[in-house]
Amino acid sequence: MKARETLGALAAGLLFGAGLIVSGMTDPAKVLAFLDVAGAWDPSLALVMVGAIGAAHLGYRATGRLDHGGGRVDAPLLIGSALFGAGWGLAGYCPGPAVVAGGALSPAAWILLPALLAGLWLTERWLARGPVEKPAQ
Amino acid sequence: MHIDWQTFTPWSALLGGLLIGAAAVVLMWSSGRIAGISGILAGFARRGGFSAWRVAFAAGLLAAPWLLGVLAPRLPLTGEPWSTADFPRLIVAGLLVGIGTRLANGCTSGHGVCGLARLSPRSLWAVAVFMGTAGLVVFALRHLAGDSA
Repeated sequence: MKARETLGALAAGLLFGAGLIVSGMTDPAKVLAFLDVAGAWDPSLALVMVGAIGAAHLGYRATGRLDHGGGRVDAPLLIGSALFGAGWGLAGYCPGPAVVAGGALSPAAWILLPALLAGLWLTERWLARGPVEKPAQ
Repeated sequence: MHIDWQTFTPWSALLGGLLIGAAAVVLMWSSGRIAGISGILAGFARRGGFSAWRVAFAAGLLAAPWLLGVLAPRLPLTGEPWSTADFPRLIVAGLLVGIGTRLANGCTSGHGVCGLARLSPRSLWAVAVFMGTAGLVVFALRHLAGDSA
């Protein structure tokens, strides 16, 4: 099972990366042109989402994994998404395209990626902190 | 709003999207996992997080440009795919994306593709919020601050 898991993940990573490149998501200018609704709008990425969500939906349905997710809509979800959106709008990189652009040896991606990993690591540390001990009275 | 028909690439966008969706299904089928890039990267920040499947998926992402370069050297890629943003902006953007996606437990792939494909209400909220703030930031930079990057 381990080999199937690892090979499946490798194939999925290659496919995912190829999809990001073919679709234009690894071009930050194209991503920003999609986000710039008030400017010369490039709606391409809406079709990326349609294709990706459609294919994944059918696949999940076929494998019986259409489980609607779980969990509540809470403050970390909304605040985190707002921070992520701000970072995405600032440079046009979300995590997947940043990694693929790193693979293509983009200098910009290799500046952004360490900061992205640092952000993940710092937040991971902060979330995993134990209960704060009260100082002795 | 006006659509820039010169840059609109509907067919490559749709094809690329289908590949991304297929990748999510391959990962779900082979290991029962959600293809969330920020979650996979966050795993590397945890002790014992360097599991074989995470390393394999990340290696696949990094190798994808090389594979495509061999398989489809004439692929009509759109323009120069490298960012022109300056150093401080890339650092701030990276930090925000890292902190935000860890707090929200997902990014464009985990919430945007996999979550919406699973019809998750949490993901719908996440996508609405990150698309909204990203659009606002781009609007503020380009149309209020006169930024061209």
